Formats: sequence, C-alpha cells, structure tokens
Amino acid sequence: MNRDSIRFNLDGRDVDALPGETILQAAQRHGSPIPHLCYKEGLRADGNCRACVVEIAGERALAPSCCRVPAEGMKVQTKSERAITSQKMVLELLQSDMPEQAARADSELDFWARKMNVGAPRFVRRDEPAPDNSHPAMAVRLDACIQCTRCVRACREVQGNDVIGYAERGAIVFDFADPMGESSCVACGECVAACPTGALLPVVANNQRPPETPRRDAVAAAQGATEVKSLCPYCGVGCQVTYNVVDNRIVRVDGRDGPANHNRLCVKGRFGYDYASNPARLTQPLIRRPGTKKSVTNTLADFREASWDEALDFAAQGLLRVMKEHGKGALAGFGSAKGSNEEAYLFQKLVRTGFGTNNVDHCTRLCHASSVAALLEGIGSGAVSNPVSDVKYADVIIVIGANPTGNHPVAATFMKNAIERGAKLIVMDPRATELARYAIHHLKFRSDTDVALLNAIANVIVTEGLTNEPFIAARTEGFEAFRDNVLQCTPEKMAPICGIDAATIRTVAHLYATSPAAMIFWGMGISQHVHGTDNARCLIALAMMTGQIGRPGTGLHPLRGQNNVQGASDAGLIPMMLPDYGRVNNDAVRHRFERLWGVTLDPKPGLTVVEVIDAACEGKVRGMYVMGENPAMSDPDLNHARHGLAALEHLVVQDIFLTETAALADVILPASVFAEKTGSFTNTDRTVQIGRAALTPPGDARQDLWIVQELARRLGLNWDYAGPGAVFEEMRQAMPSIAGISWERLAREDAVTYPCETEQSPGEPVIFQDVFPTESGRGRFVPAQFTAAAELPDKEYPLVLITGRVLEHWHTGAMTRRSAVLDALEPEAHIDIHPEDLAALGRKAGDLLTLETRRGKVTARARPDIGLARGTVFMPFCYVEAAANLLTNPVLDPVGKIPEFKYCAARIA
Amino acid sequence: MTNPRVKSVSVAARAAVAELLIGEMPRRDLLIEYLHRLQDRYGHLTTDHLAALAEAMKLSRAEVYEVATFYHHFDVVRDGETPPPPLTVRVCDSITCELAGAKELLETLRIALGDKVRVQAVPCVGRCEVAPVAVVGWNPITHADATKVQQAVANNETDAPLPDYLDMSAYRAAGGYRLLDDCISGKRDVENIIATLENAGLRGLGGAGFPAGRKWRIVRGQAAPRLMAVNIDEGEPGTFKDRYYLERDPHRFLEGMLIAAWAVDIDRIYVYLRDEYAALRVVLARELAALRMAYPAAPPMELRRGAGAYVCGEESAMIESIEGKRGQPRLRPPYVAEVGLFGRPTLEHNMETLYWVREIVERGAEWFAAQGRNGRKGLRSFSVSGRVAKPGVHLAPAGITLRELIAEYCGGMLPGHELYGYFPGGASGGILPASLADVPLDFDTLNQYGSFIGSAAIMVLSEKDSARDAALNAMRFFAHESCGKCTPCRVGTAKASALMEAPAWNVPLLKELSQTMMDASICGLGQAAPNPLLTVLQYFPQEVKSK
Repeated sequence: MNRDSIRFNLDGRDVDALPGETILQAAQRHGSPIPHLCYKEGLRADGNCRACVVEIAGERALAPSCCRVPAEGMKVQTKSERAITSQKMVLELLQSDMPEQAARADSELDFWARKMNVGAPRFVRRDEPAPDNSHPAMAVRLDACIQCTRCVRACREVQGNDVIGYAERGAIVFDFADPMGESSCVACGECVAACPTGALLPVVANNQRPPETPRRDAVAAAQGATEVKSLCPYCGVGCQVTYNVVDNRIVRVDGRDGPANHNRLCVKGRFGYDYASNPARLTQPLIRRPGTKKSVTNTLADFREASWDEALDFAAQGLLRVMKEHGKGALAGFGSAKGSNEEAYLFQKLVRTGFGTNNVDHCTRLCHASSVAALLEGIGSGAVSNPVSDVKYADVIIVIGANPTGNHPVAATFMKNAIERGAKLIVMDPRATELARYAIHHLKFRSDTDVALLNAIANVIVTEGLTNEPFIAARTEGFEAFRDNVLQCTPEKMAPICGIDAATIRTVAHLYATSPAAMIFWGMGISQHVHGTDNARCLIALAMMTGQIGRPGTGLHPLRGQNNVQGASDAGLIPMMLPDYGRVNNDAVRHRFERLWGVTLDPKPGLTVVEVIDAACEGKVRGMYVMGENPAMSDPDLNHARHGLAALEHLVVQDIFLTETAALADVILPASVFAEKTGSFTNTDRTVQIGRAALTPPGDARQDLWIVQELARRLGLNWDYAGPGAVFEEMRQAMPSIAGISWERLAREDAVTYPCETEQSPGEPVIFQDVFPTESGRGRFVPAQFTAAAELPDKEYPLVLITGRVLEHWHTGAMTRRSAVLDALEPEAHIDIHPEDLAALGRKAGDLLTLETRRGKVTARARPDIGLARGTVFMPFCYVEAAANLLTNPVLDPVGKIPEFKYCAARIA
Repeated sequence: MTNPRVKSVSVAARAAVAELLIGEMPRRDLLIEYLHRLQDRYGHLTTDHLAALAEAMKLSRAEVYEVATFYHHFDVVRDGETPPPPLTVRVCDSITCELAGAKELLETLRIALGDKVRVQAVPCVGRCEVAPVAVVGWNPITHADATKVQQAVANNETDAPLPDYLDMSAYRAAGGYRLLDDCISGKRDVENIIATLENAGLRGLGGAGFPAGRKWRIVRGQAAPRLMAVNIDEGEPGTFKDRYYLERDPHRFLEGMLIAAWAVDIDRIYVYLRDEYAALRVVLARELAALRMAYPAAPPMELRRGAGAYVCGEESAMIESIEGKRGQPRLRPPYVAEVGLFGRPTLEHNMETLYWVREIVERGAEWFAAQGRNGRKGLRSFSVSGRVAKPGVHLAPAGITLRELIAEYCGGMLPGHELYGYFPGGASGGILPASLADVPLDFDTLNQYGSFIGSAAIMVLSEKDSARDAALNAMRFFAHESCGKCTPCRVGTAKASALMEAPAWNVPLLKELSQTMMDASICGLGQAAPNPLLTVLQYFPQEVKSK
C-alpha cells in the first residue's frame, strides 16, 4: 500500500485511495464502478451530470464522486438506496430526452442505463433541435446532447480552440450559435472524441461518396474494425494514432497517448486520411509516351502503363546512361521528409553509393536548413534541445516566426495549456497569428528585421546586467565579439528599423532573461530569409547569454514542418553530411562509412535543392531520382524550377499521385502512402516512433523501400534488406545517436527519444545539460548584423509577399488537396491582405486579385486579415491553380542555402 | 494568420466597442459591464458587436456569446434576426403579482401596446408590496394597470425615479461613520467587534443563516489577499427588504461593509446589485463615490451590475458573475471563504447582514439578542406581501408567528380574505397551511415542516387562492432560472413543471424526482425547488387529483 494513501470505507469495506484519487476513481479501481457521464479521464472533472452521486456519512446532500477526494475514515456509500435512486433518476431524466434512435450504438448513457436497470423513461421528451450537417467531417445532433460539457472542456481546456460554448441555460453552441461548418471550428475533432452520446459524431471521410448519398457515421463504421497502432502522416509533432480499418479503408482515426500528443489530434490527423483511397492514386508504373512535351500540365494520357520490371529497368538505364555520358555529378536525388527513416537512409545510400555523388537533398533545405546551419555552428547539434512538452515547465515562451496553431496544431494546444497555467507567451511575428491572442506581448515587427529586433533584445540583456555570467564563462565562447556587436544595437537605434518601441523591447528582454525557465520556438519566419542563418544565430545567442538552455522548460526548438524532417536529416539526406551529421569532406567520417558500406565515397559536398535545379537549368545535372518530393510546387520561382526539371534528360519520380513533378517525369513509379507502410519516423522532439502498415497499396503500387531497393539492384548495388527492421539495424551501426534503439525495442515501446546510445538508456528529451556537442564542448556566439532582404518593395512592386501554409493543407497539397474533408474545408487559393489595403484597392473579400512579382503572377481570391501589416500580403503555397511559388524569389541564404520564401516584392494588378 | 474561419468584424462595430471602452484596457472580469454598455446604448447586442468585443478583449466568440445569452437582460440579435423594439415593458408574473392579476395585465398590455413595445413576463422584480408591478424601461409602475403603463409609455417615462434617501452628510450628521472611524483609529479592536456579533447571534440574512461573526473569523484566518463580495442580488420571489433599506439608509449598510472589511482586512470589495434595482444603482454609484472621497485609504470598492439571473443570488454563482462569467454555482468544497473570487478567500455577505452591524455594535449584543419572541433571538425584516392589509417590510422579533405578524404589523388580512396558507421564505421555502400560522418564524424552526424561512419573504394566500397554482408558478420560475449546469435541476425543474401542469399529478414520480433534486442538485436552487410542490402534497392534498 502506498504510504500516502488514504483509508476510507467504501460500501462497508475499508479500502485505500491513492493520493489525489477521487472516490469515483478509487471505486473503479476497487472493482465497484459508479455510473458517470460528464466525467472522462483526461478532462477536468466538472461534476455536473450528477450520475455519480454517492452518500457520504455526515453530509446533508449527496456528493459527486468524480469531484470528491476521500478523507481518512470517510464512510461512503455508492449503492445505498438513496444514492442509487438519484443515480438512476439522473440517467432516466437524461434518457427521457434522447431521440428514439440512439445517435450512437455505444452511447455511454445507454450503457449505464442498461447496467443500472433504468426502465423506460417516465417523462415527456423535450423539444428537440434539428440536426446540423454543415460540417464536412462531423455531424451535430443535439437531440442526443446531455449537456455534460465534455465537448466544451475538450474544445477549450484541452485543445484551447474556444469554439464550443455553453450558452443560454444549457445549449451547446459554436461561436454565436452558428452552424458548425460556418463556425470558427478548426475541426480538431477533440469534441467528437469526448462526446459520450453521439451528439457530436465523426463521419467517415470518403472522397468517393457521391454528393447525394448519406454520410456514414464513423463510430458505427468502426464497429469491429481492425485497429492498427501507428502515427499521423503529417507535421513534425508526431502524434500517435490508431487507424480503424474496414475493408482496406481507414474509417476512423483516434488519438493515442503518445508522448507528443496525449490522445490529441488536429484536423489533418483525425480527418485527413482518405487521400489513400483517392481514385487518382497511381497504381501502375508509367513511362512517358515518346514525343510528348514535358509540362506540369501533362496528364496520364501522356504516359503509358508498364510492368514493374520494364519501368525499373527503364528508370535505371536512363540514370546509368546519364552517368556514363556526363559523369556522376550529372545525377542527383531528392529524398523526402515524408518518408521513413529507413527510406531516407536507403535513398541517400543509393545516391552516394549507386550514383557516386553527394547530390542528395530534400525539402528540409527549404524549411530549416538555415536553422540547422546555425545550430550546428553554435551548439553542435541541429536538433531541438527540449521537447515541445517542456512548455509545462516554462515560465516564459517565445514563439517567433511560427504559426503553431496552423502548422503544429497539437503542439500549440500544449502551449495554450501552459499559458492557461500561467506561463507568459511572447509572440514575435509580423502577422498576428492565432497564438497572438494568448500573448502577453505580441511584437508585430516589420517583416525582414528579425536581426535588428533580436540584437536589440540582446543589447538590453548586456547593458542592463541581465546576462548569466557563470553560464557564459563555463559553457560558451566568443561572447566578447558578440557583445561588442550588439552594443551598437540599442533599442532606440533598432526601434525605427524593426518597428517595435524601445520600451517594449526592454520589457521583453527582461521577461526572457530573468525568467526561471524560458523557451524559444521558431519556424520558417526565421529560417526562410537570405539572413535566415543570422536570425537563428541571434536566437541561439539569446539562450546562451541568459543560460536559458540545458534545463527543463528552457532551450531552443525549431518546430519541424514535416513528419520526418528530423529523421530524414539524421539519416543523411543532406549533400554535405552523412548520417548523424558527419561531414562528407571529413576523411575520418567518410572512411567510417566507406568501411560500413564497402564502397569509396565522393569527398566533395553535393548540391543543395535549389542548386540542383539551377544545375539542371544549366545542363550540369541531367538525370534525377525524386522520391516523394514535389519541387515543381515547393521550389521558389517555379517557372525556373519547372524549366529545370523539364530540361532533364531523365527524371525518375516515385510518388503516390501524378504530382506536378511527376508530370515532368520520364518514368513514374507508383508508391505507397504512409498508412500502407511500416517504418520509423523521428518527430520534432527527437523522438523515434514506429508507424505500422494499416492498408494494402492499391493496384500494383509498391512499398517505397521495395522500389528503392529494386532500383539500387539495377544500379549494381547488391542489396538485400528484408524490411524496415533490417535497414534500421544498419542505421544503428552507422548512427551513434540511435545506437541504443533496436528495432525490437522500438516496436515494443513505440517511442524512444534520442540521444540513446545504449539499450539501457531511456533516451534524453532535454540535452545540453552539461556540455554542448561541439569540438570544445562550448557553445559558440556568432555575431550577426542586420541586413535587408534581397528584394525590397519599390515603386513598381510596392507590396511585401510572405508565403506559408494553412491549417488544412500540408506542404504542396499533394495529399491534403486529395482528401475530401481537408479540401472541402479550404478548397481554394487565397491572397490574405489587410482589409484596409483591400478597401483601398476598391476590392472586397472574395474578389479575384492578381498578384504579380518579377517572376510570375497568380490569381486568387482576396481574404481580409486584420492580423497582417498594411502593405503585406500572404499566400499559402499549396494551391496548384495559384501556385505561390511562381512568385517567390530563389535567392539563397549564403550559409543554409535556403531560399527567401518569406519576403519578396509584389504588386496587385 | 488569425483563424481564417473567424468571420471578420465590421469597422463600425470595432469603432463602437473602442468607444465604449473609452480607452480602458479591457478587463476580463468586466465582460458583463461591457455587455451592459452595449445593450444600454443600442438596445440589444448584435453578433457583430459581440465579435468586436471578443476581439478587443482577446476572448473567443463562444466565451462572449455564452455569457451574453446566459443573462435574461441581454438581447442577443443574430444575423438576420429582428431586434426587439427599443422599449420593453417587463411585467412581473411571480407569485404575489400573479395573485394581484399579473396575467390579465400582461394580456391587456400585449394587445394595448402593440408591437412597438415589447411586453415581457419576468420573474419577481422585488416590489411585491405594491403588486402588480410593470417596469417601463427602468421605471417601475406600482399597483400597475394598463392605463398607468400606457401613460408612462406615452410620456416616455422610462427612468427609475430616485428615492429620497439619507445621503452621506445627513447620515454623518446623525452620528454615522463614528463607529467606523473608531475602528480605523484603533479605539475599537477587531476581536471585540467580532465577539459582539457572535454574542448578538447575527446570522446571514440572505437566507442561509450562517453566523456572521464566525464567518469573519474564518475568512480572517485565510491567507491574504482576501476579498469581499456583497450580495444585493435580491431575487427570491417575495423578497424586497434589501431594496427597502437601501432606498432609505444606504450608508448604514456601507458603514457595516467597511467595518467588516476592516475587521477581516479585505483588499477589495465588490458590491453586486441586481439589475432590476436601477434607481439603487444610481444611489450606490453616487454614495460609493462619496465614500471613496471620505475614506481614500479604504479598500477599492467596485459596484457590479447583475443582468437578470436569479441564480446569481447563490454566493458562488455571484462570484462567477463578478468574474464576468456565466452565473453557474461552483461545487463545494472548496468553500467561498477559502477559495472564492478570483481564487482568493472571500467574505461574502448579504447586504442586510452588514446593515445591522453598526446598530448591534452601538447598542450591544444583548440588545439585539433580547429582541426575539417565542424563545428566539434577534430581529427579522419580513418582506410581507399577498393578501394582507398592509404589505411591506416589517421589522419584527425573530420567532414571531405568522398570525402575530399579520395581526400586529400587517393590519390583518385584506378585507374579504381569510388566511389559507403562506410562503414563509420566498418561492423556495415551500407553502405552509393556515393551520401552521402559530409556528415561530425563524431559522431552523420550520425545517420539521418541510420548509424554511430563508430571506423571510412572506407571501400570504387566502381562501380565494390556490396553493397548487402558486406551487406551479414557483416551479416554472425555478425552471426558468435554473442555470442549466446540473441534471437534477436543469432537467428536473422542466420535467416537474410539465408533470405539475397535468390535471392529475403523478405523485409517486413527483416525489421520486423531488428526492433526487434535493439530494443531487449542486446548489440551493435545485435542492429547494421541490419544496412548494412537496408542501402542497403534504398540506393541500385536496387541491391535487393524483393519478
């Protein structure tokens, strides 16, 4: 028995309650469950339904057992006549208002009513509200509502979305009692997961459902489904999910209690899975018909079906021909951050050992290359220092250049929880993101002036004696040069540049520096600039000069965009680095891999994503293998990128749909979606997790790992990996950081955080506690000077264009635009603009605007956003019909080689 | 970006909200105040205004909407809906007014005033001694008839006339605030004051009867900062004593309040006044301002305005309301004295309890304790209404019987009426028969009869009245006023009303339901709601045909 446990009397027998345990929980543990409806594990107990009332000796009224903790010696009767009478009466009262046909078969109310032998209700039914089917993913049937407010607590206290309210004297509403589909609901689905009766129900996402047929209730559809424990295929948060599969279809997705999500999901993770069964899936290998002109508008008619042998031979021979005619450097490969660690590892190994070049890269280049460059230079590791969940220990949270509610929605929920608990949020962003509503300070600084703002904060920390001298002395180097540099950058001098007044800069500097624990999160608002590396350097310096790193609730967290950005980089999908970040031009590192792989490796760093495209335009790269990437949408200055891809002599594309990139291919290899594969994935927290196959690929589509291996064999590599486990075991040998994670352990534990060098190690969520993994063991300050973007607004192009993402769509939209629910929620391209700018143009919301830069123009609908600065417009890049990257500037950060997606000059025609 | 699914706010609404905030940094706890400003200014709340307010306060729309729609005095007009007419006439249809013909008045006015004026049936407006009452805008028309109301409407007499009360200087001139001054200057010590209240036996006069001195002691023992909340949300049907005293001598209460704040070392005081008392709102705002001038070192005092919710008379619901939220009672434990307003230990008092502090301390505990009758101690302010000759607030010895009270204070029954029964403690205290007219009226004396004295609101029924109708009126009132949080009350009051409307009552089911409402409801509203129904079954069985 626990020393702190409480002894009390439950229905005549003495039992113990654990510390903090309620009567309801204790009774349940002792095998004597009490009926309950409004109580649900994981939600704050509210005690409103009163189905769980019990009799406590000496108390006048009955007490809700879900809210009461037993006291020593307390006498509790859960089954006295008085208690039972009320328990049953409550159930009967609620039953009397239920519709004749239960909203869901497994209603918790029905369950308890049956169990407690509640007969047919003796009361007259209330007037029932009409059903609301306005939302594509969820059905609202308030006739089945018991007002338990589980949905309200789920929406507000768990997810922090604040859409559901409890209005009047007991009405569940969305916003202003709007239909759910017209409300501000972000469709995280936490409410449908919380609802005990089916008043809020998920419907089966099905992009093949004819419009007039009724929607299927996903709860009913999932009865008897096969449950597969896996992961969400989308962002870097790394939510664990359960796929409910019937007839090779996912009919429902539930969150699991993973370390990064604790049962929570967002709209993509819960409802965005039917792209797998989209009829547009590629199911046969395809070879380009001779004589067709390469264009992103090519269709399946421009290709012919081929057998796998023919297609693979064709693919390999084309690559070998280029190699023979133009040398190894004429080949390049783009892997993907959406694939597994094993796929990434084999892909880079194929390029390095099969092509014989380091021309291998992937889309991380486009999102965090500059962050990683700065982190490697400053603290010796490109990964996060602390997991997102550390916000629960943080007193101050800075979010700069990131929009977590849109792009890392589940991570954002934990931030909102932390703020609710009392942590102070500082948002630094030229846009008022949704999180800005929760911020104690929102620094809406002028786009592009990050360094000026951050140097000014550093200046205050230095000049007002807020530095952590012992930390600087013991753990860092290069502070003097850094200090000398920021001494020039007084808040008064920087204020006119960044647009934030000196007083606010001072307040924020004090808050961050003097907080017991402060954490910094950033996203692509920091990284996607020509000065992206400098931006990140400033953030690293802030953490080091204040000692806000190496402890729980502190540190640096660049939020990773895709589900396996971290893992793909770790696995070596980087032109200058081998797995685990050993540089290719470091002889010792290279020799180690040469021994492991039994080949000689090219010591010359390869080309990065944008450099490969440039080389393709120049005819220097002539053959490419692209696995699951879509550079014809994701690269800057798409006309240029598409031209480069089209100019290739031989382009092999492995993908699930005829993407814009696949449309330019010579041969297309139909691959598998996330849910069709087993593999490991590393999330933004450095947690390696296992995704398990739930579906069989359609037609003759194949697993990516199989395709890579078959192609490798045809390139002369003698590979024979039995499956992802075999690949992972080889990775462990190559990568000390994960040496302690065996495939068997991963399958058993589902999630292990690296560094984890031995099998006994539990993994380290918080790193840099004693030392930085640099050569000297010290963190390095690198001064940064404010420099402007490459292309500033002028008379001709007076606006600033920022690109980014929206909640419902992911990356280039290849998956999400083919998912019924997600595309229904955000179906078309839009140009976000300040309402006053829009009015000044004489236009209104929903009007078509043509946005133009020196590189191209697109037309999309105007969407007013008061959160934008005047003179700034924003476009998501996921819409092929108005591809924002036709407009973006391909100029690169000199260190990270990342393009400046976040800033270019534009005009509205 | 900001959530693109949030529909945009109009420029006009944003400007309107900015104007009403008059440059203030919006405070979450003032949400209801801001809603009042909008409602007062525009006559209703549009969703556009609510959206602009949510934006300015950094609240979600649902948070604003759920608060706005909780309170009956806010009229939320959603897109496409017709706003109510600019003028509303509220006709009280609670028990006493119903006895006085409120139903007929309502019907007449609905026809007579047409659709240019909204005629609304509302629960007790706290003027039962002059029933029936109709309130034109904020102007209460006493002994209302259609002509008087129509006249007020026609003359646009919509403001509440101010009472002729004792103001600061007059109160001071009559010896007021000397006791407070003595406390502040150290001539009185806290222990002495608290002991006096304890010895006097002063109990909470909102209805629960918790000993006042002990409450001060408990809260004083809690960690600082400690807060104080004064409950003037006098909404129990039949009750009007708080209004009565405030209309005459508000400073007697305010002095008591500051003595309590001094004794318990309070950091901040919130005075919560029901919205129906529009004139008193002006009086209190004025006199609190005078008080702040006179006592700059006193803790900050905020006057808060209810918005039409009986349940906010429940102490924890009132606290939620002061925090700017829906007035839903909290679960206890923890008790308000430990975790109350904004999570702080809170001294919560009914106005009248504080009103007596000065007199008890000045005249001594023995004086007060000696006032009782029939073995009881102290004085009670009875709000008497219904079929008596002289209704009104009658200050009488605690423990007086109804028969004595009617005879000695109320000038007997109304001519032509014979005593049939009475509510001894507002709608929630149940109905006692004439045969129990000789029972002492005080805390604890009525429990054995399935009743309680509560706020001492006596509504007298005669043989011309029906106890069953009065019980149904009460149950409908509870159903209307249930906050909607817990099942036994939210669903129970609605189902009970429906059962009580049937010609023949399903008595076993009503009793079973009542048991659950009393046992399992969160707060006193649901727990006491069955009292009228149960006492009808017990004392007036002849009125009920049972199934």
